[in-house]
Amino acid sequence: MMLLRRRRTIVIAGLASTLVAVVLAPFAGSTSIAVARVFDPSVPFADNLDAQIFFLARLPRALAAAVVGGTLAAAGVVFQGLLQNPLTTPYTLGVSAGASLGAMCAITFGAWLPFGTVTAASLAGAGLAVFIVYALARARHRGISTTVLLLAGVTLNAFFSALILFVQYVSDFAQTFRAIRWLMGDLDVAGYATLGAAAPLLLVAFAVFAWIARPLDLLTLGADAAASRGVDVTTVQRAAFFSASLATGAAVSIAGPIGFVGIIVPHLVRLVVGADHRIVLPAATCLGATFLVLCDTIARTVLAPLELPVGIITAVIGGPFFLWLLLRAR
Amino acid sequence: MLLQATDVAFSYHRHAIRRGVPVPLVLRGISVVVPHGSVVGLLGPNGSGKTTLLKVLSGTLAPTAGTILLDGTPLGSYSRRALARRLAVVPQDTHTAFDYTVLDMVLMGRYAWLGPFELEGPDDRDAALAALEATGTSHLASRLFPTLSGGEKQRVVIASALAQLDIRNGLRAGSSETRRPLLFLDEPTASLDLRYQLECATLLERLHEQHDVTMVLSTHDLRLVQAICDSVVLLREGRVLAAGPTAEVLSPAAVSALYDVDTPLVEQLLA
Repeated sequence: MMLLRRRRTIVIAGLASTLVAVVLAPFAGSTSIAVARVFDPSVPFADNLDAQIFFLARLPRALAAAVVGGTLAAAGVVFQGLLQNPLTTPYTLGVSAGASLGAMCAITFGAWLPFGTVTAASLAGAGLAVFIVYALARARHRGISTTVLLLAGVTLNAFFSALILFVQYVSDFAQTFRAIRWLMGDLDVAGYATLGAAAPLLLVAFAVFAWIARPLDLLTLGADAAASRGVDVTTVQRAAFFSASLATGAAVSIAGPIGFVGIIVPHLVRLVVGADHRIVLPAATCLGATFLVLCDTIARTVLAPLELPVGIITAVIGGPFFLWLLLRAR
Repeated sequence: MLLQATDVAFSYHRHAIRRGVPVPLVLRGISVVVPHGSVVGLLGPNGSGKTTLLKVLSGTLAPTAGTILLDGTPLGSYSRRALARRLAVVPQDTHTAFDYTVLDMVLMGRYAWLGPFELEGPDDRDAALAALEATGTSHLASRLFPTLSGGEKQRVVIASALAQLDIRNGLRAGSSETRRPLLFLDEPTASLDLRYQLECATLLERLHEQHDVTMVLSTHDLRLVQAICDSVVLLREGRVLAAGPTAEVLSPAAVSALYDVDTPLVEQLLA
């Protein structure tokens, strides 16, 4: 009962903070808008510039930040549990490198590809990376070898990075500029349609997260220990790998590879609520969502009217935080 | 008979076996009987197959050949959860990637008793608290597991195994399962100092006597075997060298042959 109450309290508090951030963030920006005017029913929407800025420009962006932030944080938790390594990020296993390669190809060779949009191409690239890493981790093993998974992911990251550089080398200046902006991680392109397209993938991924939360606790004791306690280790490993990869691929396809959210947030959450994945997962999702909405608000306002890519803000906060974690671990 | 293994063989090269390629066997022709209420010791030099045999007997690894029966039913026909409610394993070392509290660690033992999305209820908490009490670790409940000493960690892992087996008297509400818990321990006193070795031995003896827990333990500790094991299996190069009641099998001659050491030295150790 205590766990249930604690989880409910954390989820309600987390959802409330995310909701407040998503509703308030659109009011900040280079053009100031008034609350009364945004929700003024007497002015038709077509004539209400404040409402248009709120609902068409800034709210979808804030929602995208919440969805991407929450997803990356949750995927980070799952990957860390799967690999039993708290320094793992959602990008360690090459999903984002695959997604980035897909996006680079779409930006540079878009006219010749069967799937034109950057979003679809990055999802396809993520899928390719997942397939390769999984096939390597399965070869010659009963279940999934987490060591091979990690090594294959790191190697694939390096290989895909080289291919990304090659694609950039053969692209023109305009394409290179667009590609670099995408790689910085940016929520500028997000709209309701993109979020709607990603929603089914994310729903499936989060449903699996809810199912594997407890087995992930046991997996962190080691595969044999988990198996002796009744966990179907191979099934849980597969479910964790595919669901976290799916979530990461969907998040990266929306906003590019925004760094550090998937590692900062899980650590902060564990410092406060402990290690139980049934609490860490919902708490990290809510905090990740709130964190990215705040970072994006800073990115839009700190040098207004210039808008910085949000990836720069998360990296500026995340880099020192990561170093602090390493020093703390020693 | 609670557990009976007959002519068990095991190889880690499962793929090669399927292709019909000859492979090295880690275990060969192993037959072991574990009567209810007994404590069985597995002795043997490093690399003799003790840990592998524990994993095979506990269902963590499937044997390449032979049969293993738990209460007369093949081990493979139990579901994972049903098996975990009947037998638990205490590994040599337990490391956690994250900072779980001791109570978290013990509650993890309740996994097999819960549905896929079910949270631990008062009954599970009672089982965990009873296990903490049985192992003398109640005062550690809120401590972080990685901050404990080696001996404390070992007792907490045993507590988690006891919560898994539900050592409380009587049946769990709504359960009709037979309560004949079986505990496997892989070198429980290895890496412990003398004080913790003695504490661990006393704890195991108490669990056996007060909570009717049947045990199979692998060890190099001859005194532990003498003190608590009813029977002993001597393993060498994946085969059974000798097996039977401890008093009969654990002779200086057998032990010196097992470890390739001088008999007088073993006589001193067993004195």
